[in-house]
Amino acid sequence: MVRATLILLLIALACGLSIVTSSHRARKLFIELEREQARMRQLEVEWGQLQLEQSTWANHARIEKIARERLHMKAPAPNQVLTLEAAKP
Amino acid sequence: MKFSNSPVLSQAVPAWRSRLVLVLLLFAFFALIGRSLYLQVFRNDFLKGKGEARYERVLDIPATRGRITDRHGDMLAVSTPVKSIWAIPEDAKLQPAEARQLAQLLEMDVRELNRKLASDKDFVFLKRQIPPEVADKVAALKLAGIHQQQEYRRYYPSGDLACHVLGFTGVEDAGQEGVELAFNESLSGKSGSRRVIKDRRGNIVEDVESIQTPQEGKDITLALDDKIQYIAYTALKQAVDTHRAKAGGIVVLDARSGEVLALVNLPSYNPNNRERLIGAQLRNRALTDTFEPGSTMKPFTAALALEKGKFRYDTPVQTAPGRLNIGSATIHDAHPHGVLTVAQVIQKSSNVGAAKMALSLPAETMWQMFDDLGFGAPMKLGFPGEVGGRLRPWKKWQPIEQATMSYGHGISVTLMQLARAYLVFARNGDLPSLALQKLDGPPAAAKPVFSAQTAKEVRAMLELVVLPGGTAPKAQVPGYRVAGKTGTAHKLEGGAYANKYVASFVGLAPASDPRLVIAVMVDEPSNGIYYGGDVAAPAFAQAMAGALRTLGIAQDAPLRPVTTAAASDVKEEM
Repeated sequence: MVRATLILLLIALACGLSIVTSSHRARKLFIELEREQARMRQLEVEWGQLQLEQSTWANHARIEKIARERLHMKAPAPNQVLTLEAAKP
Repeated sequence: MKFSNSPVLSQAVPAWRSRLVLVLLLFAFFALIGRSLYLQVFRNDFLKGKGEARYERVLDIPATRGRITDRHGDMLAVSTPVKSIWAIPEDAKLQPAEARQLAQLLEMDVRELNRKLASDKDFVFLKRQIPPEVADKVAALKLAGIHQQQEYRRYYPSGDLACHVLGFTGVEDAGQEGVELAFNESLSGKSGSRRVIKDRRGNIVEDVESIQTPQEGKDITLALDDKIQYIAYTALKQAVDTHRAKAGGIVVLDARSGEVLALVNLPSYNPNNRERLIGAQLRNRALTDTFEPGSTMKPFTAALALEKGKFRYDTPVQTAPGRLNIGSATIHDAHPHGVLTVAQVIQKSSNVGAAKMALSLPAETMWQMFDDLGFGAPMKLGFPGEVGGRLRPWKKWQPIEQATMSYGHGISVTLMQLARAYLVFARNGDLPSLALQKLDGPPAAAKPVFSAQTAKEVRAMLELVVLPGGTAPKAQVPGYRVAGKTGTAHKLEGGAYANKYVASFVGLAPASDPRLVIAVMVDEPSNGIYYGGDVAAPAFAQAMAGALRTLGIAQDAPLRPVTTAAASDVKEEM
C-alpha cells in the first residue's frame, strides 16, 4: 500500500517536472518563432526597398541615356532587323 | 523573581474575556475566508483581468498596401515603412542645443521646431514620413516627449512616366487618384491585431488569440507595358515640345486583347514630390477631357456606308465644287478635289464626301453606330472623373448636324474612346472592352459592330492615308504596313470655333495583321503648324516603331525609304 502510494507520488512528481520543462521549452521555441517572424517582416521590407532601388536603377530614361551617351549604342535601322519565324511544331 | 511566581498571574481574569478574543479572531478569520471566496470564486474575473493586464498585450499588425506592377512585373508603386516624429509639447522641454540637434536631423528650421513645440495642443507632428535611419538617430537622442510612429510611404520609381495611370495616395495611405483610387479597396488591405503574453523582458511568450487577422493589400498587375509607356511618353513629349502645345495625350492598345499598354498625358507631374501641383498637371486628359475629334471620325462614316451597302470601296463620290449646301449652312472643302472614290474621300479627308455618305443614311442608324462604338457614354474603367463625351439623341438631329458629325464635329469624345473605337478596324469589325489590368485568360467576347469585310476594306483605305497622296505620310513606319487617319479640328471656345486646333492621329499596325492601335492627340500646337499629319503623325510613327520593335512583331512590308515628299500636297479639311 505504502509502496504503491510512493510509486504514484514519484510518477506525479515526474509528470509535474516534465510539464515545467516542456512549457519552458515551448516558450523558448515560441520566442524563437516570434524572432524569425519579425525577421521575415524585416526581410520583406528590405525586399520592397531593394525592388524600389532596382526599378530606380532600371529606369528606362536612365538606361537609354547611358546606352546612347556612354556606350554609343543606337537602335538598329529597319533594314538591319531580321525577324525569324517561330518554328511550327 | 521567577515568572511563575509573578503576582500578576495569580490575579483571576474573567473567563469571558478570553472567549471574546477567540470569537473576534474567529470572526475576522471567517471574514477573510468569505472575502477570498468572493474574490476568487464568485467574482474571479475582476482579479483575473487585473492579473492579465500585467502581462497581456494587444499588438497591432499593420497591413502593407499592395504593390502595383506593370505586365512584366516591374514595380510601378511600392509602399515602404517610414517613421513619423511627433511630440507632446507639454513633456518636450528641450535644451536649445537639443532642439538644434533635432532640427538638424529633421531638416527643419529651429524656429519652426520651437514654434511647433510651443503649441498648446496635446499632440503635434514634427515631421512626417522620414527614412527609418533618420528616425533611429532621433530615437538615439532620447529626448523626453518626442515619440515616433510607423507609417507607410508610397514610392513611384518611374516618376512622372505613368503618373496619370497610377495616381497617388495621400499621407494616410489611401488612394486619391488613378489606379490607386480605382482599386483602393483591394490594394489597401486591413490591419489586424492579436493578444499576446509578454514576459518581463518584453519577449512574446504566448499567443493568446488573434483578435482580427490582418489582410495584406493585394498586388495589382496592370496591363501597362513599362517600356512602351516610356516610348509613348518620349514620342508625345517631343511632339508637345516641338509644337509648343498646351497639352497632349497618347494611348496604346493591344488590338487582340483590348489591354491598355500605355497611357500618357502631358503636362505630367512627379508623384513622389507633389508640392506646387497645378490642376492642369493632374488631369488624366485621355479619359476626362473630351474634344471634337474632326476627321478621325470619317472612317466610321465610310464603314457604315459600306456596311449598309450604299457605297462600295470604289464608288465615285462627287465632291466638286468643294461646297455642299445643307439648309442655310454650307460645308466646305478648302482644297476641292472633284470626283473621288470612297477610299479617296478617306485618303484625302474630304468633308463634302463624308457628309454626302452620311446624308444617305438614316440618322438613327448613324446614332446606333456611334452608340455601339461606345461614344457618348463613360467607359467605366474605374478612373475618377471619366466622362462620356457628347452624343445628342438622334431624334433631335438636324441634317446639318448629321453631316458635320460624319467628319467629327458636333460630337465630342475622349482619346481613350477614340482609340478603342479604332479597334474595330484593327480586328474583324468587333469591339472588345478595354482592360486596365493584365488579362490572365482569353479576353472577353467582343461586340460585333461591322462585318469583317467592311473592317478589312476600311483598313485598306486607312493604309492609303499614310501613303504619298494621303494626309499623313509622316505616320509611316519603315518595315511595317501602317493604317491610320489624321484629325485636325478647330477648338470650341464658348460655343464658337476659335483659331486654336486639336491635332490628332489614330492608327494601327501592322496592317496585314494588326497588333497595336495608337491614338495621339496634341492640344493647341502653337508653332504655326497644326495639321494632324504634321503634328500628331510623327509622334504616332515614333511610338509605333518603338512599340513594334519592343514587342518583336515581324515586319510585313518591303523596306523602302519613308516617303514624305508629297506631304505638303494634301491638306486635311477642317
